[in-house]
Amino acid sequence: MTAYLRITGYSDEISVLPGGTINFMVSCDGVDTYRADIVRVIHGDMNPAGPGVKEELIRTSVSRNYEGRKQQIHTGSSVIVPAHPVLDELASFTVQCMIWPTTPGKAEQCLVSRWDTRSKGGFQLLIDADGAVALRVGNGKGKVETVSAGRAMLAREWYFVGASFDAKTKRIRVYQEPQRRYAKIDTGGRGQATSKLGSAGVGAGPLTMAAYHQRTSKGRTLTAGHYNGKIDSPRLARRALDRSEMEQLMRRTVPTHLQEVLVGRWDFSREIKGIRIVDLTANALHGETHNLPARAMTGYNWTGENAKWETAPEQYGAIHFHDDDLYDCGWEVDFSLTVPSTMKSGCYAARLRGGEHEEYIPFYVRAPLGKPTAKILYLAPTASYLSYANLSVAMRGKKVEMMSGRLVQLSAWEQHLNENPELGASQYDEHSDHSGICYSSRLRPILNMRPKVITGLAGVGSGVWQYNADTHLTDWMEAQGFDFDVATDEDLDREGIEVLKSYSVVITGSHPEYTSTRMWDAFYAYTQQGGRLMYMGGNGFYWRVAYSDTLPGVMEVRRSAGGTRAWAADPGEFHHSFDGQHGGLWRFQDRSPQRLVGAGFVAQGFDICTYFRQTAARNDPRVKWAFEGVGKEELLGDFGLVGGGAAGLEVDWVDRKLGTPPHALVVAQSENLTDLYLLVAEEVLISTPDSMGSANADIRGDIVFYETPNGGAVFSFSSISYCGSLSHNDYKNNISRLTGNVLKRFATDKSF
Amino acid sequence: MDLYPAFGYRAGRLTVTIEAGRLMYTVNHNMKHVAEEFMRNPIGHHSPELQRVLMVFRGEPLEGKYVLICTKPFEEWQLATLTGVRGKPVKLIKDKFFSSVEDAEREVFRLRWKKYTGHELNL
Repeated sequence: MTAYLRITGYSDEISVLPGGTINFMVSCDGVDTYRADIVRVIHGDMNPAGPGVKEELIRTSVSRNYEGRKQQIHTGSSVIVPAHPVLDELASFTVQCMIWPTTPGKAEQCLVSRWDTRSKGGFQLLIDADGAVALRVGNGKGKVETVSAGRAMLAREWYFVGASFDAKTKRIRVYQEPQRRYAKIDTGGRGQATSKLGSAGVGAGPLTMAAYHQRTSKGRTLTAGHYNGKIDSPRLARRALDRSEMEQLMRRTVPTHLQEVLVGRWDFSREIKGIRIVDLTANALHGETHNLPARAMTGYNWTGENAKWETAPEQYGAIHFHDDDLYDCGWEVDFSLTVPSTMKSGCYAARLRGGEHEEYIPFYVRAPLGKPTAKILYLAPTASYLSYANLSVAMRGKKVEMMSGRLVQLSAWEQHLNENPELGASQYDEHSDHSGICYSSRLRPILNMRPKVITGLAGVGSGVWQYNADTHLTDWMEAQGFDFDVATDEDLDREGIEVLKSYSVVITGSHPEYTSTRMWDAFYAYTQQGGRLMYMGGNGFYWRVAYSDTLPGVMEVRRSAGGTRAWAADPGEFHHSFDGQHGGLWRFQDRSPQRLVGAGFVAQGFDICTYFRQTAARNDPRVKWAFEGVGKEELLGDFGLVGGGAAGLEVDWVDRKLGTPPHALVVAQSENLTDLYLLVAEEVLISTPDSMGSANADIRGDIVFYETPNGGAVFSFSSISYCGSLSHNDYKNNISRLTGNVLKRFATDKSF
Repeated sequence: MDLYPAFGYRAGRLTVTIEAGRLMYTVNHNMKHVAEEFMRNPIGHHSPELQRVLMVFRGEPLEGKYVLICTKPFEEWQLATLTGVRGKPVKLIKDKFFSSVEDAEREVFRLRWKKYTGHELNL
């Protein structure tokens, strides 16, 4: 397990006001000392064909040497119920739940346990190494017995599982019952044994689910034996119940004679939006989830009639656990920066250097609330950075080389992720059990959200994507003398239109793909109230996402039916756990990108890019000003650091039916995308053979302009690769000219 | 064909028979004009026939698949192969360094041509 990157870190905040504090957490692997500096990130693309890396050193009180130390990441999700005296009184007991295992047979996986690792005392209801349910009991003096149901389970099927231990008769019983029958195979099993242990021991510490408690270190509960799959309706009783009594514990109303033997009856369908686990008994053995297992998951009793969990929560009593879930690394703080008022709003990073090793932890400084220091606001698309955080598709995706028309190019950060999977992957990846990753956290090192990162997928040339690609835009604005403030998606989600309304123009990044409802509403209101929006990318405003009202630094997406998606949410699991809303494409919530910015995702390809050809509409007096200094026969952006052209990677087109305003002007359209550019899935109701670039005129980007009420306007450039053309020929080119004309005009108060 | 692990890891006596489909399009040495086209222009607009050949080459399973390791950004790449196993490092190929991605593409095309047609591509 090689560490290709020897210094990694993250911060607790990504966006901060002057006077605010950011904590930086760092781990060093074989680096004894590192120097931390604060830099302003200007241009992060190392391509020698471009302006090269530019950063400005900022003098701060935290800029000095620090001692390097290794900090661990503990992955795997679980439920932790704190220790309680009632757990210490268990002699006989019954433990049961419904499960939907996804990797039975992949090592031992714990389901429900109260276990003391040191003395090997207590109990574990687990899946054994052969994929069968088993009960493990230990007497706390080193003697352990395990009784198995003896038959491997099928993956992705519901089972009733449980076990009982009778302290008097010493009888152990184990149950494994599939909820669906198949002819020719039977994966049900029963285990029975008479224990030779004097007692089962009561274990120590917390009660855990989907893992067992390994130890507590620095106040953190560390777990092992992580389970992959769903658990629904766990129950713990203080008597060895018979099978019929175990069945009665599953009823909505438990008979009173059984209520008194119940120790815990956990209902995962309560408080789905957060991490709290509710126990319905008087013992109030409430707990919390750790590492964000997926909630709002269909339970064993989901009928399929109701797909919105808020209206049928009783059918969503399952939590899907993963052995590679990660929310908050929980590292100790290395240093804290309090942002001085002299630090202008902009894009910054903590730059860490030790020997030949280097790490950047990016953050943004905002302008003081209500006191903009520029007319332009750059809205950093941090939700999109989060979705792509630790993108692992290059090494795992089967079609990556085919789609990019080139050999897959891997950098050190991708090799590091491959061998250090505890860093977690992106929302484009699958968990180890092949379920889609729906939560992404920034409370962990994000290796591809840094300057200098090369992402081979992102076309020939620079190979930049998201964070590093957006430095093309911020560098260009600075080089052209445009002052701008910065805020982030998270700020917009939290504060709404207040973030935008003091600015004459708001400008996006190259790929603002992920948008929460509050963000969408704020953007739209801004354009309707006279604001000017410049959409500098492609495939923007595409996915609806949710932040949590209670959990910082994490974002949720459900890749629901329809859409160009890296994994598919299962039926019934299209609604966010964080806010209950229907997730997936904004198009299917009747808010297509065309409604917000005039153009929406139509095609993608990852080899080379192309130019835009101006249309007759560019001569319309309403928009002609944008083309001052640009000849009408000129091909726009037949050059660029990203794919060699301003039009490409992911491109958008207008569509009146999807909401492009009726008065919109399409001023340029791309031509000549290769055959690796294909129509997006949602535009293909029935597959036809002409879905590729050279055969289909729909595969293009449309540059579009329109006015909005109250003197506002929108200009959309409809291509991810657009910003890569801005610096060509020392910023003297027709893309720079066009963009500069628009930005200058949009930044004035002159009404449209 | 990647089989969805629907039947559990090492699931004991359970056996599942699934037939993977067979790709009918094959690459043979008579298609040398396609190789010449690729050598002239490894990355960019390709004829439909070259695209079909590249789909075969680029559609290989992950195990043993060629990748480029960026050893010096924008300067040097090294050829390697994937293991197809999550978490296992790539296998670097000794002495296969390139100073341009186009050269790397041509080299890998030759290697794959030999593998699929049995013939050396002397281009």
